[in-house]
Amino acid sequence: MKILVCISKTPDTTAKIAFTDNNTKFAQDGVQWIINPYDEWYALVRAIELKEKDPSTVLHLVNVGTADADAVIRKALALGGDEAIRVNADSHDSFYIASQIAEVARSGGYDLVFTGRETIDYNGSSIGGMVAELLGLPYVSLASKFDLNGTTATITREIEGGEEICEVALPVVVSCQKGMAEQRIPNMKGIMGARTKPLKVVEPTAVDALTSIVSFELPPAKAGVKLVSADNPEELVRLLHEEAKAI
Amino acid sequence: MSVLIFIDQAEGHIKKAALEAMSYGAKVAAQLGTTAEGIVLGSVKEDLAALGKYGVKKIHHVNNAALDHFDAQTYTHAIAEAVKASGADVVIFSNNVDGKAIAPRLSAQLKAGLVSGAVALPDTSNGFVVKKTVFSGKAFANIAISTPLKIVALNPNSYKVETADGTAEVAALNVTVETPKVKVTAVNKVTGEIPLSEAEIVVSGGRGLKGPENWGMITDLAHVLGAATACSRPVADAHWRPHHEHVGQTGLAIAPNLYIAVGISGAIQHLAGVNRSKVIVVINKDPEAPFFKAADYGIVGDAFEVMPKIIAAAKKVKGMA
Ligand SMILES: Cc1cc2nc3c(=O)[nH]c(=O)nc-3n(C[C@H](O)[C@H](O)[C@H](O)COP(=O)(O)OP(=O)(O)OC[C@H]3O[C@@H](n4cnc5c(N)ncnc54)[C@H](O)[C@@H]3O)c2cc1C
Repeated sequence: MKILVCISKTPDTTAKIAFTDNNTKFAQDGVQWIINPYDEWYALVRAIELKEKDPSTVLHLVNVGTADADAVIRKALALGGDEAIRVNADSHDSFYIASQIAEVARSGGYDLVFTGRETIDYNGSSIGGMVAELLGLPYVSLASKFDLNGTTATITREIEGGEEICEVALPVVVSCQKGMAEQRIPNMKGIMGARTKPLKVVEPTAVDALTSIVSFELPPAKAGVKLVSADNPEELVRLLHEEAKAI
Repeated sequence: MSVLIFIDQAEGHIKKAALEAMSYGAKVAAQLGTTAEGIVLGSVKEDLAALGKYGVKKIHHVNNAALDHFDAQTYTHAIAEAVKASGADVVIFSNNVDGKAIAPRLSAQLKAGLVSGAVALPDTSNGFVVKKTVFSGKAFANIAISTPLKIVALNPNSYKVETADGTAEVAALNVTVETPKVKVTAVNKVTGEIPLSEAEIVVSGGRGLKGPENWGMITDLAHVLGAATACSRPVADAHWRPHHEHVGQTGLAIAPNLYIAVGISGAIQHLAGVNRSKVIVVINKDPEAPFFKAADYGIVGDAFEVMPKIIAAAKKVKGMA
């Protein structure tokens, strides 16, 4: 059994969101970088659990990024995984990244590819689907549960107002979200061990991006809160009904 | 030339997200001086010709029971056939659970640039530029699609459903559908509840409510307002509420017309998932709670005292008392 988990580097959830270069670039000054939470808490931890259950499992991580992603990749290796592969490229767009991951997945012959449901910076929700298509594999998105029985996976995925349970024979690509696993904190042994795990750097294949970022913008500031006295909550309902016309 | 809209359905019924996608797609078509067409997969229980009122002129229907259950691979294949049949140069999806699974597949298959999470009509004055949310609702990006075929996945609740007179021509589309590799074995719907992603109004509770036994005030108000219920992350983590109610940066991102937050502090990660709501109401006993800065209306007060009065007043407004 060979599992590939896609790891993205994203700004910390509390990072100040601002832009430079005439609003064309994210202002990186002072930003802390983390493993995209969906990749870490759900995709990676579930993959580690599968490896714990079946120690013969080979677990690889893949990142498409430049050398400044190495610290985040080591953090992921501290949680678990045998080795990491970094495709040495700046990210262009989702299709470019997915094409690089598909290349790694194809040559590595994985049974299972996990991604997070989306990154918390680009919010594309696209990599898993694109990788699956490029590999000609089935894709189950927004999975909240994943179990293996031999080479058949039983997966619970989110649908509007509920969930759907499905079965699929490996290989398969799965995007992971809440419910898959519980967040873990790396221990000392993991952190020490991560330093010596292989982090292979491979060069990207030539692919044209299909989209490009023209500019960023911040949402308009709110006008300010209208406070209603706690002694008269009925007034809130009146305002919502008559002024905001929201109820 | 045309704009093709994927009309998503579940159990034979057209989803609200699909109505938004049709209204949006019809507007994009008008902008480009072309017509809007739709693609429906699987058996339906609704009159497809009537969908013309959302602006689609023609509907391609693959009436094949093998498509009654969702599978990203077979759906993508069928939609790619519809792209050919309609000669589409723009394809519109809702960025809902199904759209998130198939729009990227179609993009990779047809090498068509995709913008997912669109919140506004494209700017076609110079190329094709679409505004989408980034940084979990904390900012927007304008993305240019450079390929001849373009795909846009519209965020739910971002575009108003518009109707006009009109009926659509319904044409059967024959597609060979392979047996899906993903086999659906069970569908568990929480019946009687409004799906969070589709809700116009959401009532949400945080740790300030102290425990699951106090959730009656959230569900009661939701019931009166016809709203869905949501919660903050620690509430879902503590299993006071089910995981699918968790909104925020690491949960669901929503954009209802009205979001009522009760006993939620408004941490930046929570705001990231709800800040696109049109009207935000905050009820919190701490005047310094950060949520008030993001709110439109607020009450500084104890939820346990305030909520029963709000529920009673809402009942009156709704003619339920
Ligand atoms: C990487 C990361 C990702 C995260 N993702 C998310 C996410 O997706 N969603 C999310 O919600 N959080 C997320 N969090 C957690 C977030 O930082 C906050 O801890 C969380 O949102 C707090 O939840 P809360 O507001 O319910 O609880 P608290 O912060 O404990 O706030 C409770 C509030 O209730 C008020 N209160 C208490 N009693 C009453 C009363 N009787 N009446 C009225 N008000 C009362 C208090 O004044 C307080 O403001 C994330 C954190 C991290 C680090």
